Amino acid sequence: MKEIVIKADKLTKKFGDFIATNQISFEVTQGEIFGFLGANGAGKTTAMRMLCGLSMPSSGSATIAGFDVYKQTEHIKQNIGYMSQKFSLYEDLTVKENIRFYAGIYGLSKPVIREKMNALLDKLQLRAEENSLVKSLPLGWKQKLAFSVAILHEPKIVFLDEPTGGVDPVTRREFWNLIYEAAEKGITVFVTTHYMDEAEYCNRISIMVDGKIEALDTPHNLKTNFNAASMDDVFLQLARGAKRTAD
Amino acid sequence: MEAIAVHKLVKTYGAKKETVKALNEISFSTQQGEMFGVIGPDGAGKTSLFRILTTMLLPDGGTATVDGFDVVKDMQQIRNRVGYMPGKFSLYQDLTVEENLEFFASIFNTSIAENYDLVKDIYVQIELFKNRRAGKLSGGMKQKLALCCALIHKPSVLFLDEPTTGVDVVSRKEFWEMLKGLKKQGISILVSTPYMDEAAMCDRVALMQSGRIMTIDTPQHVIEQFGKRLWAVRSGEMYRLLLDLKAYENTLSCHSFGEYHHLVLRNDTGSEAAVLHYLASKGHRQVEIKTASPNIEDCFMQLMNDNA
Amino acid sequence: MMYSCNWHGALNERQTDMKQFIVFVRKEFRHIFRDRKSLLIIIMMPIVQIILFGFALTNEIKNSNIAVLDNAKDEASQALIQRLDASRYFKVTQYLPTQADIERAFKSGTIRLAIVFPQGFRESLMHTNHTQVQLIADASDPNTATTVTNYASSILSDYQQEVNGNSSLPYTIKPQMRMLYNPQLKGAYNFVPGVMAMILILICAMMTSVAIVREREINTMEVLLVSPLKPLLFILSKAIPYIFLSLVNVSTILLVSVTLLEVPIQGSLLLLMGVSLLFIITSVSLGLMISNLTKTQQEAQMFSLMALMLPTLLLGGFMFPIESMPVPLQVISNIVPSKWYYHIVKDVMIKGLGFSAVWKESLVLVGMSLFLLGISFKKFKTRLA
Repeated sequence: MKEIVIKADKLTKKFGDFIATNQISFEVTQGEIFGFLGANGAGKTTAMRMLCGLSMPSSGSATIAGFDVYKQTEHIKQNIGYMSQKFSLYEDLTVKENIRFYAGIYGLSKPVIREKMNALLDKLQLRAEENSLVKSLPLGWKQKLAFSVAILHEPKIVFLDEPTGGVDPVTRREFWNLIYEAAEKGITVFVTTHYMDEAEYCNRISIMVDGKIEALDTPHNLKTNFNAASMDDVFLQLARGAKRTAD
Repeated sequence: MEAIAVHKLVKTYGAKKETVKALNEISFSTQQGEMFGVIGPDGAGKTSLFRILTTMLLPDGGTATVDGFDVVKDMQQIRNRVGYMPGKFSLYQDLTVEENLEFFASIFNTSIAENYDLVKDIYVQIELFKNRRAGKLSGGMKQKLALCCALIHKPSVLFLDEPTTGVDVVSRKEFWEMLKGLKKQGISILVSTPYMDEAAMCDRVALMQSGRIMTIDTPQHVIEQFGKRLWAVRSGEMYRLLLDLKAYENTLSCHSFGEYHHLVLRNDTGSEAAVLHYLASKGHRQVEIKTASPNIEDCFMQLMNDNA
Repeated sequence: MMYSCNWHGALNERQTDMKQFIVFVRKEFRHIFRDRKSLLIIIMMPIVQIILFGFALTNEIKNSNIAVLDNAKDEASQALIQRLDASRYFKVTQYLPTQADIERAFKSGTIRLAIVFPQGFRESLMHTNHTQVQLIADASDPNTATTVTNYASSILSDYQQEVNGNSSLPYTIKPQMRMLYNPQLKGAYNFVPGVMAMILILICAMMTSVAIVREREINTMEVLLVSPLKPLLFILSKAIPYIFLSLVNVSTILLVSVTLLEVPIQGSLLLLMGVSLLFIITSVSLGLMISNLTKTQQEAQMFSLMALMLPTLLLGGFMFPIESMPVPLQVISNIVPSKWYYHIVKDVMIKGLGFSAVWKESLVLVGMSLFLLGISFKKFKTRLA
């Protein structure tokens, strides 16, 4: 039995009368790739913020890497990595400066940073670009670099918020190979995406509708249970019933 | 008459030594009433193409016409007759749904009432919220409103630059249904998207990569041109399976694809047994292999490989 | 060349232009009125600034410490010293023995004003009907210095009138003011025209440029460009609401300064509003220029602050007198519109002069506006690059 690294129990967040996240419960084990799906406004971002220790839940409980989301947010932050499509790297810093900065804020020592930086630059074949500004890199390279930087401090869990928008299919798959590799090393990957085929790369996925988790299983089982040809269909069957109209 | 005709269009950015060719001599034409899709990732040159066709940018070479008007010489005529929804278009967040639509109708010298028929099918879906500020709408609703705003002056050609980016699957589906409805009204549509699966919704598509068009055809023909047998393979350990299949000597290409890996072999005679044998030797269990029909994404990756 | 295709037939071109214009202006007003916080700042900022400046001044000059160098030591000088000390504005804290002590007292920062009575003060007052009292103020804070000397001289002239009494002999004390560190000091209420120049530059130029750049940031600009809307209409519609808001600001500033600070408008109100409108148009044209040069709202704000606010503050003439600046700066100050506006408002509002006194400055503003508008309109991008 693998260690449980994310455990949410009836986790709820209210904004006034509005229940953004409504009693969600699930567990994610070590090294698992967990897909967190839902329509725009279903409550994914709110849930993810609570799990990262950025937002205080209204009720329910959750532990991340064994730490409580109410009281031990500083410990949580030491044990997670985070990457989103909207913000990850500083565009006006070079590749090396970005790596050094992120390694620095997680308190890695200088020799460790140097070693990790060299390994990373070789692996992503960014040697020639190490002193280029990040904004000059193609989007696919940025995404791969952002992900690698997010797991540089070897966190237990990495949260990915729609990490792969807009890149070509080959680059997108290269990105997913990095995710697989991280999972092999025992890092738990918690990912949101709009690409339904990507959802199928996950070990298990949950689908949120109007603040609640309406389905949670392996992609294969979901398709069987919903009698659907693809994940698209599963998602459509669930999300079509959504009531919410705003983010 | 052709709705859009593009001939050897070139657009370069940057100065002197470090120039980037956003568009590298691309040519295509679309018919009146046709829904033409430009499919490609970020950096393919889609937005440059749209901006040139809507007279926002001047090309550095080649020619292009919209409804017979030249994009360089006849700027005002084109601006009077096209509808345009730029990428990342976000409406006026502090105006209500109705105020937004009213405003865009007025600057195009028309009114909501005048062209209500055209937007009716879309507008009824958001009319309930017409007094809500656009900033408070969900992504899908914003997108519907933006489409209404681009349509309200009854354009002859409609340009939609990545209208479905960042929107969830349900809204994307609905959006394409709406476009089909518009097509029936005879509006020519040029639409771009980074989502390969949306290609199937267009009459014809151009697959674009790095400023070039790799192929132009109906989605059906693009798929038929794949020309090779495609295998779908899965096992209990998908990541290791991928690495092993890539290392297999007879593998031409292998990509993960949903719950299977899509495999194309160099020599495809008696291959099924050989692949199974190879995987067994690598210790894979629960291996399933079957033929699969390729989709646009498979074709795109194949074309990328051919062009590389 | 602009060409507008009219396919609806019902309206002619001028009518459609008018309709577009009205719709656009209405939309701009909606943006402004829905951003409550910004609106509140725009409305309140001038009031708060005027009041702060006003009270900062009046508070400071109460019970100012003064030093006296009494070379006369006669009845008249003693009486005057007592009178100064008794007033609520001054407190005589030091009696200085020599001229050299004056400088020392100022350097120690303990006094605001020094008064020097000449030898034989009473003598010359009574017999020659003519005497001089020297008032020395620390003009590193020019507004305070002016106010302090003004109060002191009014006390002196009061005394002089009393001494005159019914007597037919006109004794006159002639206060001789010497401003240390800032010899060419400006009048006390100069901050009112100053604040007007500052507020107008800020509201008109910055807000107009931000409003235009915002359209670019949210990509609505592309849609507006790909529409029959004429660039001139676009520019006008963006400017009108801020011109209106600025006129509101001018009115509140004048109202507050007349009622609360008791700074009267000496000249014609109509002329004052007219030149303000002129300056508003100059500021709006500056805003248009900035919108052409910047890509993001943040850039537009920074640019407005650095390129407009700072020159207005430093070279506008109301914080630091231009006459005492190095010649190159004096030359540069001529291209700062606020300088000219400040001149005009001071002349009209404080000195009560008419149009004949300010037509040259007004002409400079007209020229600047035409020049800037010409450039902005010519540079207005009908395409993206």
